[in-house]
Amino acid sequence: MKRKNLVLGALLAAALGGACTAAAAKGDVIGVSWSNFQEERWKRDEAALKAAIEAAGDRYVSADAQGSNEKQLADIDALLTKGAKVLIVLAMDAQAVLPGVNAARQAGVPVLAYDRLIQDPSVLYLSFDNAEVGRIQARAVLAAKPRGNYVFIKGSPTDSNADVIHAGQLEVLKPAIASGAVKVVGEQYTDGWSPELAQRNMEQLLTRNANKVDAVVASNDGTAGGAIAALRAQNLTGIAVSGQDADIAALNRVARGEQTVTVWKDSRELGRTAGRFAVLLAEHTKPAAIPGAQVWSGGSKKLPIETVFLKPVAVTRDQLKLVIDAGWASKAQVCAGVAAASAPPACK
Amino acid sequence: MTPRAPMRSRLDRLGFDARFGALVAALALIWLALAWATDGVFLSPRNLYNLSIQTCVTAIAACGMVYLIVARQIDLSVGSLMAFTGMLVAWTQTNWLGSAGAMGWLVSIGVGLLAGLIVGAFQGWWVAYRGVPAFVVTLAGYLMWRGAAFLVADGQTLAPLADAYQRLGGGQDGSLGPAWSWGLGVAGVAALAAQTVAKRRSRARYGARLAPLWADALKLAVSGGALLAFVAVVCAYPDPGSDAGAGKGLGLPVLVLLVVALWLDVVARRTRFGRHVWALGGNPEAALLAGLPTRRLLLQLFMLMGGLSAVAAVITTARLGSGTHSIGQMAELYVIAATVIGGTSLSGGSGSIAGAIVGALLIQTLDNGMVLLDVASAKRQIFIGMILIAAVWFDGLYNRGARR
Repeated sequence: MKRKNLVLGALLAAALGGACTAAAAKGDVIGVSWSNFQEERWKRDEAALKAAIEAAGDRYVSADAQGSNEKQLADIDALLTKGAKVLIVLAMDAQAVLPGVNAARQAGVPVLAYDRLIQDPSVLYLSFDNAEVGRIQARAVLAAKPRGNYVFIKGSPTDSNADVIHAGQLEVLKPAIASGAVKVVGEQYTDGWSPELAQRNMEQLLTRNANKVDAVVASNDGTAGGAIAALRAQNLTGIAVSGQDADIAALNRVARGEQTVTVWKDSRELGRTAGRFAVLLAEHTKPAAIPGAQVWSGGSKKLPIETVFLKPVAVTRDQLKLVIDAGWASKAQVCAGVAAASAPPACK
Repeated sequence: MTPRAPMRSRLDRLGFDARFGALVAALALIWLALAWATDGVFLSPRNLYNLSIQTCVTAIAACGMVYLIVARQIDLSVGSLMAFTGMLVAWTQTNWLGSAGAMGWLVSIGVGLLAGLIVGAFQGWWVAYRGVPAFVVTLAGYLMWRGAAFLVADGQTLAPLADAYQRLGGGQDGSLGPAWSWGLGVAGVAALAAQTVAKRRSRARYGARLAPLWADALKLAVSGGALLAFVAVVCAYPDPGSDAGAGKGLGLPVLVLLVVALWLDVVARRTRFGRHVWALGGNPEAALLAGLPTRRLLLQLFMLMGGLSAVAAVITTARLGSGTHSIGQMAELYVIAATVIGGTSLSGGSGSIAGAIVGALLIQTLDNGMVLLDVASAKRQIFIGMILIAAVWFDGLYNRGARR
């Protein structure tokens, strides 16, 4: 029985392989293993990814691990069995996914680590540059308030991205802090990126400094919202505040002048690029030969991994048009309740 | 009556609740220590106003948790339910009725409360009529309502909420102002005095043991004095939103908390429902044999908790000025901790609303004070955990002492 299946499988594989070579490397199957598809944002990624793959004449096949490491490994096996020529993996866990990556390597299938790092030197890692997110935040805040008292509302202590972002912020602010132009008067982590916790922390930092705060370097839009609510309760205006994610609520705050900057990581760009790279990998391009790929060893294991970092985009008052034109948010959403006299160009 | 340790029985005869007294004394000590460590900033009117607002969310939910734990139940879904009802409130305002008129935000609160009651009834039904343990049902709720909160707006933050609604958060224009605050404070003291007189009269009429007059007078002076002192403090905090520097007064969330706490305290002491809940927790079998409608009681208890979670969600979203699905993370644990620190016994049958509020105040005090001292959040959690163990350990010592 078992042997019969094996023979049948071999025959099928041979037939499939034959078909593929006959189609001159077009019509390749590109397998995508999602970690958890429930979250809205991956749907935007998927649409762009699928479009890029199909535009090149290849086929998109996907599986959703529903938040389970075990299911992800089974998904990867299933995708390999289906004849995937390239695997795109959004890893549930950077470590637990390794057996799947090994199986792919043995089958000669290249793996693209999508958005989350996989600790294996054979993969091509594609993500947004989180340190750059921090740098953009700090740059925009520093431009608005070149001197003064700064507060850091950091992300969740359990999220390694929070520290990478903070390191980026400090990189930009270090000279100003050293020269004394910028004085750090408080910094707090925000467990679980919780906005109401950020609000309480901000209230306490304002109390401690008798409201003498000129800028708040918040790591994402949720915590920025909490900090801004605390500023509003003290009737403080004109304070520079940073954020990240281009939440609709945050874009609206930028338009109203309550928030200085939000950092936009266009997930469609990420999906599009991954699709393009997967097509290249299917045509036997080596990870090192992918345009823009550089060896990066910033992961916790310090392994040298071919990496492409996409640049996140700063969205300030004058750049709101960018997100509206891209269809990320509508003009009505961004400009809701903005006074005509002080409206940014995008709302006029 | 069980024989008691001499010290406790003496305090009992004077009508003092020694455990509550110890809790307040511990709180006072921590306040003094924090005031000293922060050069007085901790006890400044501004910080005490903030502290009173920050405490409200946990305290309101803790009032309901007292009832549940007294009846030997638990609700682990409070935080997730806050997120879900909060998102419904925000969604009603931003995507359905609009936040311009008064209709929108008033209806949105109704929608949130209704959702809280329905979810509570759902969980209560599983516990009461299907015999699934509350721990399991509400653990499932913890997952389900968090997921539901995400689905309301596909994970987006909903803003802006109505200006009038945001006042409920105690921020801009979110307080009563000095005149009303003082009026309420004086009325509160009068009510306390009237209650003391009525209690003494009724005890005398039935020939019950009467605490000495000086003891009751002292109690009245302390509680009334604390109330007036609190009013004086929040009125001494100049409203940042007014140019004239008028006092802020009692925050609206504090008012909501007072209404909830008074209502539940009266229900606990004076109504059949309250008596039934305490009897049920004291001895479930006896309660059932005595013909108490235990299933209906459980259903109602979970509905109460659901409704109060929605009230807590209203205050949280009003404070933030937006609805996000990530509010209320770990709220259930802080609520349960506040209830337990406040002297509610996990073995059921005893607990107090006032204790739970002081418990919530104690937890928030540590959080508030340690940020002023720039202590990192990880260390804050360790401190709060230690206080929780210490409180329950003290309870154990105290109760063993009482039984000796």
